[in-house]
Amino acid sequence: MSKYIFKRVLLMIPTLIGAGVLVFFLMRLIPGDVCELRFAGTGLYVDQAQIDTCRSNLGIDRPMFVQFADFMIGFFTFNFGDSMWTGKPILFEIGLRFELSLQVAIMATFVAVIIAIPLGAISAIKQDTWLDYAVRTFAIAGIAIPSFWLGIMIILGLLIVTQQVTGIPWMPPIDYKPIWVDPAHNIAQLIWPAVATGYRYSAVATRMTRSALLEVLREDYIRTARAKGLIEKIVINRHALKNAMLPVVTIIGIEFAFLMGGLVVTEQVFNLNGIGKLFIESVQNHDYAMTEALVMLVVLIFVVTNFIIDLCYAWLDPRIRYS
Amino acid sequence: MAIVNEASLEAQLEELEEKTPWFLAAKTMARKQPVGVAGLIIVLLMVFASIFAPILTPFHPEFNSFENMLTPPNATYLMGTDQFGRDIFTRIIYGAQTALFVGFSAATIGAFAGLVLGVASAYFGGTFDLVLQRVMDVFMAFPLIILALAVVATLGAGTENVIIAITIPFIPQCARVVRSNALAIREIPYVDAARALGFGHMRIILRHMAPNVMAPFLILFSAFVGQAILLEASLSYLGMGVQEPTPAWGLMLQGGAEEYAESAPWVAIWPGIAISLAVFGFNLFGDAVRDTLDPRLRSR
Repeated sequence: MSKYIFKRVLLMIPTLIGAGVLVFFLMRLIPGDVCELRFAGTGLYVDQAQIDTCRSNLGIDRPMFVQFADFMIGFFTFNFGDSMWTGKPILFEIGLRFELSLQVAIMATFVAVIIAIPLGAISAIKQDTWLDYAVRTFAIAGIAIPSFWLGIMIILGLLIVTQQVTGIPWMPPIDYKPIWVDPAHNIAQLIWPAVATGYRYSAVATRMTRSALLEVLREDYIRTARAKGLIEKIVINRHALKNAMLPVVTIIGIEFAFLMGGLVVTEQVFNLNGIGKLFIESVQNHDYAMTEALVMLVVLIFVVTNFIIDLCYAWLDPRIRYS
Repeated sequence: MAIVNEASLEAQLEELEEKTPWFLAAKTMARKQPVGVAGLIIVLLMVFASIFAPILTPFHPEFNSFENMLTPPNATYLMGTDQFGRDIFTRIIYGAQTALFVGFSAATIGAFAGLVLGVASAYFGGTFDLVLQRVMDVFMAFPLIILALAVVATLGAGTENVIIAITIPFIPQCARVVRSNALAIREIPYVDAARALGFGHMRIILRHMAPNVMAPFLILFSAFVGQAILLEASLSYLGMGVQEPTPAWGLMLQGGAEEYAESAPWVAIWPGIAISLAVFGFNLFGDAVRDTLDPRLRSR
């Protein structure tokens, strides 16, 4: 097992370096750089010398190879440097927003899991009944409805309902307060984006639960369990559901990793200042250092999540042994 | 002793391949998958709407009437007008063209590239497989939005560039699934037989292995079309996708939709329904294809 873990960790390194190469060159393919952009923003006349000074201060006039080596060494030693746009440390800028994004992702996962597992299980147990069709339609709708549109509809719905009930239209608060400072305010703001993304997320997981459980229910050991007279509830809970959880855990993990970098659109709708917004801003500002750090963060989360999923496999399914 | 020449064996192999009951599968599907047929009808309606858009719509998609800005739905403007006085119904119908174009191009390019790479990866194995899988890992892990932003910032915004941005993440997704299926096929003796006959690698990959991973491929393909429509809508909504004045559903939700959500909800409601319905249709259809092709998922 420890040998497997070691090999698996080693395999993460090429992925991380590959992602580093990709983001590094992708960013430098974009015409213009942060210095030109900054001076263009002032609207004043700038001479070449000023731009050159700015570039040399940021170190982006050095040879590509040196810059790349610098970036990679920085990443593997957790020294990300400063944002090229704001000049503040990158870890500080990310830290400001990470909390919000992480909280939304966790809440969305929670919403997804409490919807997906019971619904998926019911759907599989009652296969080809109206209940199954209803759950499947609900799930496919979840995948089909764009979460940003669902967000707009949630805001619209809140406005109309509160207008009708109280006479004063109510909108979720816009300013972010951490959950330990003002829990009510925090939840009132973040529950809506969590629901909007959680529905889509739950749809994916519901479908996975259903098809995994359907497959497991056809296994011989389920027939054995039934044959020895176990009541159906125990057959489902103890024997079937636990074995069907493997692919569900995988999909939950992958979606969670995706949420960490994929909340961009939802943040836009609900006007949240999270990682997604920082992503867009840093690419638009040609902030190489910040974009590189963000991409590496998201890729790292993705890679580590996959690693944890693989380990969960061994734990959930005793037949899988890594050597 | 009869001389078995390459051509006749090849013909026999082809004959065997042709016996895959695609037609039968289609017939069974229509009978057993009424839901899938509903999906197919939605898809066909979309195709119909985009082909006959000029006949079906009362206005030109870019025609704006400044006297009729944000008009609620009425007899002339079936779904109302947007903030520029453009007929929403017309733009929804024309939007189907954009959605289908982006959806099918991205899905086709992504799925076929993934198919070839996935089968090749399984067929060659070894270092080629290892290296290719690591490259695929990178693209799977890489945030789509950054790819899209970079593509748009480098090449400029526009429909073709959106397709590029959307296609890239499809390739590894498809390659991964196809590879795991192709690994099993590689062990079946007919691949060895084909190799023994001296066929080239390309021929074995394309003619002998690829057709046998069609089931997962078709399932992925139909899912990709839906996903591509959804991604295009998201990118256009963020302003990184299709640009004005091209009618596209995601773009119709940008700007005006939120701003006027309270006073003119129809601006936001219709395009969202159109996106959802389109993706819904493709997914229903894809599910039915999967259930028909995958015997493990059939009813007990």
